[in-house]
Amino acid sequence: MNRRTLLRLGAGTLATLPLAGCKTFDFLSTPDDPARGVLMSANRLTEEVQSLLQGRDALARTYTEADIRQPMRPNGSTHPQAADYIALRKGGFAEYRLTLGGAVSTPLSLSLADLRQMPQQTQITRHDCVEGWSCIAKWQGVRLSHLLDQAGVKPSARYAVFHCFDALTTGLSGPQYYYESIDLRSARHPQTILAWSMNGAPLPVANGAPLRLRVERQLGYKMAKYVKSITLVPDLAGIRGGKGGYWEDRGYEWYAGV
Amino acid sequence: MIRRHGPWTRITHWLWAVCLFFLLLSGLQIFDAHPALYLGQQSGMAQGFDNAVLRIGTEGGQGAAPLRGVTQVFGHDLDTTGVLGLSGPKDARQPRAFPGWATIPSGQDLATGRVVHFFFAWALVGTLAVWAVASGLNGHLRRDILPGRRDLRGLGADIRAHLGGPLPHGRRYSPLQKLAYFIVLAGLFPLMILTGLTMSPGMDAAWPWLLDLFGGRQTARSLHFLGMALIVAFFVVHIVMVLAAGPLNEMRSILTGRYRIRSQPDATEEE
Repeated sequence: MNRRTLLRLGAGTLATLPLAGCKTFDFLSTPDDPARGVLMSANRLTEEVQSLLQGRDALARTYTEADIRQPMRPNGSTHPQAADYIALRKGGFAEYRLTLGGAVSTPLSLSLADLRQMPQQTQITRHDCVEGWSCIAKWQGVRLSHLLDQAGVKPSARYAVFHCFDALTTGLSGPQYYYESIDLRSARHPQTILAWSMNGAPLPVANGAPLRLRVERQLGYKMAKYVKSITLVPDLAGIRGGKGGYWEDRGYEWYAGV
Repeated sequence: MIRRHGPWTRITHWLWAVCLFFLLLSGLQIFDAHPALYLGQQSGMAQGFDNAVLRIGTEGGQGAAPLRGVTQVFGHDLDTTGVLGLSGPKDARQPRAFPGWATIPSGQDLATGRVVHFFFAWALVGTLAVWAVASGLNGHLRRDILPGRRDLRGLGADIRAHLGGPLPHGRRYSPLQKLAYFIVLAGLFPLMILTGLTMSPGMDAAWPWLLDLFGGRQTARSLHFLGMALIVAFFVVHIVMVLAAGPLNEMRSILTGRYRIRSQPDATEEE
């Protein structure tokens, strides 16, 4: 066999490889596939290593007013259809109450006016979407740790769960409302705020009015919009799909620092 | 017949092959979720703010204009119907940046793409660490990878030799070969790992210098894509060279370590 024949043979083999196609690995999309479980375990490693490298309070990069060069791009829900939300929106959110409960000593119920009277924090940060894009905007609101201190978090609590007004899909059991969860380390991070203002104006409906979460060291899907209530819980297993969030129940990683 | 590759070189070679295969195809899957690349900290997506350097999408579809796949590079539109932007069978074209045959999974599934990508990213980092330690200890790094003064002197002759036809099967890596592996292992792999980390908001908090090193998260994302393209180019050249040098001999050497060389050992052997 001469070199020319070999070349031709080799090239032929190589050319057919891609045609065999990547449908071969489509089974990895199946939620309960054991191989997917193995691959997904890398997310725990990422979380552990990043939390080690970060320390507790390492801050996300903050930017200047000059870096705000476009309106904040809305993503996910932009116009919630739930009846209770529509009623609140029509009333200018005057009747809105954020409730904070679960494993706390004093459950809270706070109006927007209450939140505006609390110590405020403003930050210009970069929003990183899981899709790959980034957008810089200014956020103002109350540190979540301030609310946690007021409510008194019980030792059993490990996660803060955010329940929202918006539903991206409707299932057999009705609208699938958005929810998210973060651990107390993220909840108490100095840049984790509940924002009612964006770029110097009240939060627009498309961006999560009246109140949204900012968790600046993680991706956008952790930052629940249209927050209705916050519950402190010892674990996530019993809640909805059990994975800790709307997108997590649909295959995304719980730790979204990457 | 000589012993060409040590066991660690052979093991890590195949680990890399597996890692890069999955990283490439899952990476293209992730890219498809937002098929545009930008320069700077953020993505210009509003009127009057466009910092995109690459966009893959579709155009037309209304009235008489047929739908076509368009790849925009630095503002220049290229029709890439069939491959980029719009692909699939002629009668059932799908709007998709990279086509299904180039992504894992084949359909649009960002969540699974990410799960696959991050697992093999860790595997690549682990392989690189094992390779670096083993190659430092067994001399592979010094002997075959780090280009020395003699390699740089012999570069011109080696380029001419590569252009000129059949290559001698020496005991040693040729200067171009060393340089290629050196650029990939010491340049492209670290670039891919660091630009990958810069896309992570968690890492940007831990290592803020990443953002300054690459000039922003979106620039890092574009460089990550460019690095991917260069690694694919390396792979193509690598395969062509294996075929040109005799695939059986090359394959035996990377599987068993045994390699047949022509006539006497390299005349220029020094050590």
